[in-house]
Amino acid sequence: MDSSEPSPSGDPDDRPAVPAQRSDQDAYLRVHDLRVRFDTEDGVVRAVDGVSFAVERGRTLGIVGESGSGKSVTSLAILGLHDPKRTTITGEISVGGRQVVGLPDEEVRRLRGRDMAMIFQDPLSALHPYYTVGRQIAEAYRVHHPKANRREARQRAVDMLDRVGIPQPARRFDQYPHEFSGGMRQRAMIAMSLVNDPALLIADEPTTALDVTVQAQILDLLADLQAEFHSAIILITHDLGVVGQVADDVLVMYGGRAVERGSVEQVLRAPQHPYTWGLLSSVPSLHGDADADLLPIPGNPPSLINLPPGCAFHPRCRYADRAGSRSRTEVPELRAAGADGHLVACHLSAEERAAFYAEDVASVGVAR
Amino acid sequence: MSLSPVEGVALAEIESDPDATMPAAKGVVGRSPGQLAWMRLRRDRTAVVSGVLLVFFLLLGLAAPLIEMAYGIGPREQFQNLLDGFGMPLGYAGGVTGDHWFGLEPNLGRDIFIRLIYGLRTSLFIAFAAALITATIGVVLGALAGYLGGWLDAVINWITDLTLAMPFLIIALALTPTITLRFYGERGQVSSAFGVGVLIAVFAIFGWTSTARLVRGQVIALREREFVEAARASGAGLGHMLFRQLLPNIWAPILVSFSLAVPQFITSEAALSFIGVGLSDETPSFGRMIYDSLDFLQTDPAYVFFPGITIFALVFAFNLFGDALRDALDPKSSR
Amino acid sequence: MTDEPLLRVRGLTKHFPVRQGLRATGLVRAVDGLDFDVRPGETLGLVGESGCGKTTTGRMLVRLLEPTSGSIEFDGRDITHAGRRELRPLRQELQIIFQDPYASLNPRHTVGRIVAMPLQVNGIKPPGGIKARVQELLELVGLNPEHYNRYPHEFSGGQRQRIGIARALALRPKLIVADEPVSALDVSIQAQVVNLLRNLQRELGLAFVFIAHDLAVIRHFSQRVAVMYLGRIVEIGDRADIYERPQHPYTRALLSAIPDVTQLGPAGRIRLTGDVPTPLDPPSGCRFRTRCWKAQDICATEEPALVPRDGGRQATACHFPEVAAPIFEEVPS
Repeated sequence: MDSSEPSPSGDPDDRPAVPAQRSDQDAYLRVHDLRVRFDTEDGVVRAVDGVSFAVERGRTLGIVGESGSGKSVTSLAILGLHDPKRTTITGEISVGGRQVVGLPDEEVRRLRGRDMAMIFQDPLSALHPYYTVGRQIAEAYRVHHPKANRREARQRAVDMLDRVGIPQPARRFDQYPHEFSGGMRQRAMIAMSLVNDPALLIADEPTTALDVTVQAQILDLLADLQAEFHSAIILITHDLGVVGQVADDVLVMYGGRAVERGSVEQVLRAPQHPYTWGLLSSVPSLHGDADADLLPIPGNPPSLINLPPGCAFHPRCRYADRAGSRSRTEVPELRAAGADGHLVACHLSAEERAAFYAEDVASVGVAR
Repeated sequence: MSLSPVEGVALAEIESDPDATMPAAKGVVGRSPGQLAWMRLRRDRTAVVSGVLLVFFLLLGLAAPLIEMAYGIGPREQFQNLLDGFGMPLGYAGGVTGDHWFGLEPNLGRDIFIRLIYGLRTSLFIAFAAALITATIGVVLGALAGYLGGWLDAVINWITDLTLAMPFLIIALALTPTITLRFYGERGQVSSAFGVGVLIAVFAIFGWTSTARLVRGQVIALREREFVEAARASGAGLGHMLFRQLLPNIWAPILVSFSLAVPQFITSEAALSFIGVGLSDETPSFGRMIYDSLDFLQTDPAYVFFPGITIFALVFAFNLFGDALRDALDPKSSR
Repeated sequence: MTDEPLLRVRGLTKHFPVRQGLRATGLVRAVDGLDFDVRPGETLGLVGESGCGKTTTGRMLVRLLEPTSGSIEFDGRDITHAGRRELRPLRQELQIIFQDPYASLNPRHTVGRIVAMPLQVNGIKPPGGIKARVQELLELVGLNPEHYNRYPHEFSGGQRQRIGIARALALRPKLIVADEPVSALDVSIQAQVVNLLRNLQRELGLAFVFIAHDLAVIRHFSQRVAVMYLGRIVEIGDRADIYERPQHPYTRALLSAIPDVTQLGPAGRIRLTGDVPTPLDPPSGCRFRTRCWKAQDICATEEPALVPRDGGRQATACHFPEVAAPIFEEVPS
């Protein structure tokens, strides 16, 4: 990937530290200062707390984080799938130039499926067990093409099944989800989400439930389809390997906030945030010394109800003391770090980070 | 993943409980699922009110002899001098006076209040005994069938279906007099303990099926859980598996079904006594009192009123409490 | 370390009958003739995709499932069909760790009771008392021994998995079957648990059968690796053999399918087509042939035997093994 390619950045108005690369106006999806809160019995859950990013058509953004990092909540907010009674969403989400936040339910539904679609982790629970796969795809088409008749919708569905690599699509059309294998089901799910040519595709852990050999097929398929339809893709995953394979840009989330953002080269090759370092060095690799201990991140992911004050990562950060008491009192801003468009939210100075990285991580961790 | 964002967040909360190495700032040390349920129960106003009412009824029933002493009148004492020539109690509202709080029975002139207290005692005893026996039979059969499966499961299921197929009322109607006749003959004086015993036995024979089915289903759901396998892998025997591993996880539904079975048996007892196959006139009980009082619905409505309102309050309180208990033990299923 | 294996498995098979009503209509050949040994203190990694029978194998080893045929010898004794009483002394030496940290702990028991369960079930009274032993175990797995009285719901996923490990260690076993012990955990927590298990193995001299679908995790944990496909072992060997000189096409395909952080962008991968066939009706001959790019006529008619190459310890069940070419220079076909 060309590293001089400007990576998307949030609106720069309240973040002077972020150099404006290029106006995000031409990005298909723009998310600015998104906040999602749930009111629960135990208190307010700040699931997403001020996240900004943008995705252009033809590019893939990988959102990486652990459970409770807010990565899935973000995607559901974009699709307008949160229960409005229990959820408060603020900030801006613009899809193809249209504001989604605050839009009436009816209009969000019209956007969903036609302009943006989602691929779920578990296709079995996303497909209805009592209808044939083909019928569900055809229905999805007719929702947004009311003029299409039954035969046209069927033809379209069969074409889509064929396009995602399902053999004998005409026969498969009349089968039920349980008659499909795991990989085929995920293909059918992809066919269904692509049936209306959405410009934005959100894939939430699309391969986590699949075997590695099938995962490889699905990732290839996604890349092929993206090249063909020129769609913007958000890929949500916990697997940095998957991100490295298919993403152009990466957003690392922790405790509902973005901690690092940049191109895949920048984030995986020259990571800036200690949390990203931890993720990279704790992943077992196929290369390097197999007998060396992994370098895990100590402790556990934080509770979103009771987020640690200051930098949410500080209780697990090896370098928290180096930043002094600021790490406990002040939430670090996402600011420019080194190369163009590479952003990090960390109190450490660029020099300190470079030194720690060279000393503790690059020597033993990532380059193992 | 599921579409509901809140589920995911709830999971995140569970997963991100306070770090073990951090000081227990939130003070959640060692709170068992039972304690959590107790806390929820205490916060529920319906549960508190119905619970207090139940405890009050239980105490009344338990303390019946003491109340008799304090009240000074026994359940079989007759006050013929307080009845008029037609056998109706003198005075207003069925003869309510300072001495006889709820008035007197027509004809026999027995004190209604103390008979109600003893009736409460009888009804509660029968209901609790029947509920305990049915729960025990149901839990044992259900757990064995669910855990062991195979032919035992098939046999127990078959017996359950058979029991459910038998018409309860007809069999009770046919059985009770026959048994009584067999033991006491045509003219023998039937002892009250025998009548009570027969009723409990009839309830026990018919009442265990729902608990057995409930427990069987729960055990089958738990049987494949990994903590059960962990105990098996450690060499645990049948007793440990059933009573240490499985039962503690199904106490909640058992308790709820128990608390809902008791009022059901109270009304069943009343119904059986009402149609004349339950207890004899000797034993004070709700059903018998209501049965006797119906003849005087026009002439002495107070006689119907007192036992009627008591049985209503008792059953209502039990049902409310049972529902509240269900909510407290399993907050997810109800709302 | 003696060369006498602690666990010797020969021809291990598990077939599940498929019933429709009362009639058996077919057989799921979940595990179909496995041979392997585990020496004391050694870790054997069992790796494969879903439906390869690795979990069924693990459950048979600790006798949660009854083998259909074959034999399991533990410490020189045949335990293939041993009853509960005969197994009792062996239970202490053979334990299991489960995948799901949420389902594997009894929610109604305190941590102390959960960890003490194996001791109590077997009537063992450790010197110093059960509580002291449990607290010692909790400390060993990196938990606060003061949390003895807490309930599972008060712990995070990683901590729960540690509790499950403490329970497995309570009887001082010689061999632990770990069934996907980290796959349900967050990435940052996985490494903690892998490291913990490695340290325990070093300190206590434990042998492991480590079951996982993730070749990278297996690599960090196992001295020997067996690759399974549809109920069979297709390749078994030392770690270096499997990862650097894999001879079976399936092993190669698996290795190249793993997305690796150290390689950005789509790499030259071997792409297998289709899914794993159903074990209800496995392909004739070599079971991998339907997805293999090297398959020829003989593969459909003759089942390849698991034969050692060069007299070494690496064995491959393939008619056309890749003997010469090292991995990662393979041109995908």
